[in-house]
Amino acid sequence: MEQPLLSLSGLTKAYPGVVANDDVGFHIGTGEIHALLGENGAGKSTLVKMIYGLVKPDRGEMVLNGSPFAPTKPSMARKSGVAMVFQHFSLFEALNVAENVALGMETPPPMRDLAKQIRDVSEKYGLPLDPDRTVGTLSVGERQRVEIIRCLLQNPKLLIMDEPTSVLTPQEVEVLFKTLNQLRAEGRSILYISHKLEEIRALCDNATILRGGKNVGTCIPAETTAREMAEMMVGSSFATPAAHNRAMGDVALQVSNLSLPAMDDFGTPLREVTLSLRKGEVLGIGGVAGNGQDELLLALSGERLAPAGSIAMNGQDISRIGTLARRKMGLLAAPEERLGHAAAPDMSLIENALLTGADRQNLSPKKIVNWRKARHFAEDVIRKFDVRTPGAHVAARALSGGNLQKFVVGREVLQNPDILIINQPTWGVDAAAAAAIRQALLDLAANGAAILVISQDLDELLEISDNFAALNEGRLSAARKVSDLDMEQIGLMMGGMEGAAA
Amino acid sequence: MDLSSINPILLVASIMVSATPILLAAIGEMVVEKAGVLNLGVEGMMITGAVVGFAIAVNTGTPGLGFVAAACAGAVLSLTFAFLTQYLLSNQVATGLGLTLVGLGLSSLIGKPYEGIKSPTLPKLDIPILSDIPVIGPMLLSHDIMVYFSLALVAAVWAFLKYTRAGLILRAVGESADSAHALGYKVVNVRVMAIMFGGACAGLGGAYLSLVRVPQWTEGMTAGAGWIALAIVVFASWRAGRVAVGAYLFGGITVLQLNLQAAGAQVPVALLSASPYLITILVLVIISAKGAHGAPAALGRAFHASN
Repeated sequence: MEQPLLSLSGLTKAYPGVVANDDVGFHIGTGEIHALLGENGAGKSTLVKMIYGLVKPDRGEMVLNGSPFAPTKPSMARKSGVAMVFQHFSLFEALNVAENVALGMETPPPMRDLAKQIRDVSEKYGLPLDPDRTVGTLSVGERQRVEIIRCLLQNPKLLIMDEPTSVLTPQEVEVLFKTLNQLRAEGRSILYISHKLEEIRALCDNATILRGGKNVGTCIPAETTAREMAEMMVGSSFATPAAHNRAMGDVALQVSNLSLPAMDDFGTPLREVTLSLRKGEVLGIGGVAGNGQDELLLALSGERLAPAGSIAMNGQDISRIGTLARRKMGLLAAPEERLGHAAAPDMSLIENALLTGADRQNLSPKKIVNWRKARHFAEDVIRKFDVRTPGAHVAARALSGGNLQKFVVGREVLQNPDILIINQPTWGVDAAAAAAIRQALLDLAANGAAILVISQDLDELLEISDNFAALNEGRLSAARKVSDLDMEQIGLMMGGMEGAAA
Repeated sequence: MDLSSINPILLVASIMVSATPILLAAIGEMVVEKAGVLNLGVEGMMITGAVVGFAIAVNTGTPGLGFVAAACAGAVLSLTFAFLTQYLLSNQVATGLGLTLVGLGLSSLIGKPYEGIKSPTLPKLDIPILSDIPVIGPMLLSHDIMVYFSLALVAAVWAFLKYTRAGLILRAVGESADSAHALGYKVVNVRVMAIMFGGACAGLGGAYLSLVRVPQWTEGMTAGAGWIALAIVVFASWRAGRVAVGAYLFGGITVLQLNLQAAGAQVPVALLSASPYLITILVLVIISAKGAHGAPAALGRAFHASN
């Protein structure tokens, strides 16, 4: 590597109360895939935002292709050849693919030419996409293609990708990696942010690790084990959840032929979902986002009532009773969306603890709120789940995503549910906290609770589940023992082709 | 009831006149909502436009200047809304309602000396040949310039949103302000400009009421036209063409009920007078029940570039 494409040195950015980046520096060579690793809050997002011109560094400098580089807005970065694919896609659902692409370009050609260019690029890089489709109707994987093609049309020298594979099936990941390798072969560089260490080992040439806003080391991923990298990220070794040899009891939750129509144009209907969950069992449900995960959670938690006879708890039909009644019976649920679904954003943690815990923790005897007890319960959750917050009086909105997640999960776990339905338990949570949450779920199962975990994170599901099933277009595959599965079979289950795998 | 007393030519001609103020206000509000901002102050900006336009027209003797002043007054008033909601992040619904109250109060203050005066009004166009075509001429082609201006504005807004890059950016801001910001667009600037356009349009609509349709100043003369304009935007599913249809439908029912009253229909007068509002509610209920409305996804949501 003679002259690096991009050199960063001494980059520092402080926000009130926290230093997001402290003296960070590294180099990215031409035609290199460079990994940026770190826990949540390690400063990865701030760093890439500085490269992309969304955030102005307090100190430090960047050199692109031998000349100083200090973008003050994204359009400047794009002109210099830096493009970015966001983690939460910056797409507009009501607009079509071509319009979305045009919005990300400096000087878009007329729509008809643009549509042709989109077709050409998508063919060249093996990313099929129809320019006239409305983005709202696309799958998550296809949406990512829109973002990537939008970047590629500007012929970037450096492509920044923020956790690109977190929403893809193993097969889609393979397609993406082929594209990225093709880009590398063309001499383009990629800055690749991910939590998934195995991916980084397979794909990246070099890695820079951030912890607490500081650059704590670099490594060549292919020559480093995932565990070593994880420990560099966390700064100390963390415990992986204990192996499980649980005894399973009677069937706690039986779902039979549950079908529900989609809630709106973009939703997924549930189609004849059948599953059974035993006491002491952890059942993992995988699948690409948007294949009925939310709908399944709503049906099981009681937010949407199901046809009579389709859901039974301990042999009793609960299909037609609502959330509160199910909670009283011991079926608790924690949905995926933290702000606005699992927690009321502007209410304090005490109030949020009260909202789901009122009945089971007896926080409002005779319908009068016992605030002292509610606060104790909230503080209990905060302590046992290591929620970092100045106190229980703080509004849920003020917590970082990972901390709120710990609170939301802890709040349900501490209510000693007989059945716990949980969607994306560790989404956006750093590795150490994720391990703690998983351990809490396993402990709960060891005490005889039945747990259904819906997650996009396959490693997580394989780690904690006894059995695994996958959702595809609202259908649930038959559950199979995790110990009998390999990655390829899982991919086929997620693609809805389990018959071919068996 | 004597239906033969209703002259179809005059009926259509007066529908066009009665629809124009609502059409102007509604097309402006549609642009505002397309940018993701819900400005409930249309009524207030309309009546401020009405009184300012009237005052200027009376004092200068030029109705054209009155319209210009009305547009400016509406835009300035909307700018206070823009400042409060876009920079101070106040709640859009509450601020919009406040704007309506301010507009109503301000207009009656300004308008006190002008009560009972007649204003100079816009001349009817008399286009050679065209205006002399029988039936079509007096029905469609001999109105004042603002009627045609409002229709041209609808076409211009439609083309702007569909074909121009600025229109695309405006729609993008209304769909997802955060995404638009991430791509480097100035969300607040776009929204402020949309709000000012909406204010100017509402002002024009108000001035059309006080300078052409009535033409004199009475307190509270907009009589809910701003609210109807808001409803028409929903009715139109945020599409320019349908805004025109909605405004003409409402204008049509308003005029028709007047004609029916004059023709001595055996229906209580109160019910006839209320019919435009009742039918608007009915249509809105039907549209909502159908579920397909196409509202901008970020409508009414505050945006702050804090992350």
